[in-house]
Amino acid sequence: MPILEAEHICKTFGKNEVLKDISFSLEKNNVLSIIGSSGSGKTTLLRCLNFLETPDKGIIKVNNKILFDSSAARTDEKAIRKNRLHFGLVFQSFNLFPQYTALQNVTLAPTLQAKNRPDFKSNKASILSEIKNHGIELLEQIGLGDRIDNYPHQLSGGQCQRVAIARALALNPDILCFDEPTSALDPELTGEVLKVIKELAEKKMTMIIVTHEMSFAKEVSNHIIFMDKGVICEEGTPEQIFENPREERTKQFLYNYNRQE
Amino acid sequence: MTFAEQLPIVLNSLNEGFLQTLKLFGITLLGAVPLGLIICFGSTSRFTPLRLFCKFIIWIVRGTPLMIQLMIIYYMPGLVFDNPIWGGGDPGRFTASAVAFIINYACYFSEIYRGGIQAIPVGQDEAGLVLGMTKGQIFFKVKLLQMIKRILPPMSNEILTLVKDTSLARVISMHEIIWAGEAFMKGSQGISGIIWPLFFTAIYYLIFNGVLTVVLGKLEKKLNFFR
Repeated sequence: MPILEAEHICKTFGKNEVLKDISFSLEKNNVLSIIGSSGSGKTTLLRCLNFLETPDKGIIKVNNKILFDSSAARTDEKAIRKNRLHFGLVFQSFNLFPQYTALQNVTLAPTLQAKNRPDFKSNKASILSEIKNHGIELLEQIGLGDRIDNYPHQLSGGQCQRVAIARALALNPDILCFDEPTSALDPELTGEVLKVIKELAEKKMTMIIVTHEMSFAKEVSNHIIFMDKGVICEEGTPEQIFENPREERTKQFLYNYNRQE
Repeated sequence: MTFAEQLPIVLNSLNEGFLQTLKLFGITLLGAVPLGLIICFGSTSRFTPLRLFCKFIIWIVRGTPLMIQLMIIYYMPGLVFDNPIWGGGDPGRFTASAVAFIINYACYFSEIYRGGIQAIPVGQDEAGLVLGMTKGQIFFKVKLLQMIKRILPPMSNEILTLVKDTSLARVISMHEIIWAGEAFMKGSQGISGIIWPLFFTAIYYLIFNGVLTVVLGKLEKKLNFFR
């Protein structure tokens, strides 16, 4: 049974149809990469899954539970907040909170969540230290154990993006989404971020990656979706898409990409 | 009376006046800083009638002289509506002044806040949202400090101006320092016809604003720990 099912997602901005009837599913522990040229709707799709945009039409299910259904009544804000927690999102521009240290960036959301726990007042000290230790552990995992007290402006772009990954992981999302995680980075810093994502894939984290790094997508993914002009043009295993693309548009995209390399 | 005899009397009177000036300054700041935030939320609200109402108020307040606003607020209830809500005497003048200053400065502050909030990248909101935060948590835990850092320089400017603007309360005879200095021209406590006490009030403003400049500068430095 797939962990995520998206059915017939449509999204229009003004007269611009960005997503036209997108349907796909994702199995647990798998990595899905979405590729395609700029403006093909990849990022909008990811933002719909994270409820930063509301699809005009469509259904989103996680673990067979309907989180969003355009034909049902509008979901209230509290429910949307809860639904979002199934997903984590890592942004292209990191969006770390500048006034917090690396560790505080990671622990802020879990701390705010913990305040809703009925036992928070009685176990405050132990809950907070548990959150802190988990945060340190996450930062150590991504190789930033020695930078936990640094502020974002004291870190390189690659380090910032790794903190952003730890921040998203801190809430234990079912599915971690990446929106062009290395597009804002120097080629030199790209590698360290991709390495962290690869390690997550090895640990069987379920992930959706929107990326322009073709060789990385090929290496890390179980499944590839190629999007073009708001539709899924072609999907399949990395071998299928990269070695034997069926669609003319896919061939052309990969040809152009390889020529640039 | 010799100058040496005048000096303690004059200084005593100016000190008393400056205490009122400080009181008006403090109360205006205490009232206008939060009221400005409320007006700012109103003027950026998606609810159009509220937004237009707030923009209208801001237009009126910023578009007319504070001196006229003081006179309208103090005199109009009694003279036009026959309902002198402020009561007579010094407390009434002080309350009316405080109300006028708070409304006036809240409108200026609200526009500074608006600029400060709008300068924060939308990615900060989105990062908070995907981490399951409420709008309130995003404002108070994520955006507020970033906004304070951005608005501190223009706010410092307004705060220094406020110190000097309190002298406008003289126009409704609130007993602040200008009033106290001027009194020695007409005659007060056996001294009359001297103008130096009025000119001397400038020193008070200058010293107080000097202290404020240092304090606000320190605050700005304190927020330099992040970018």
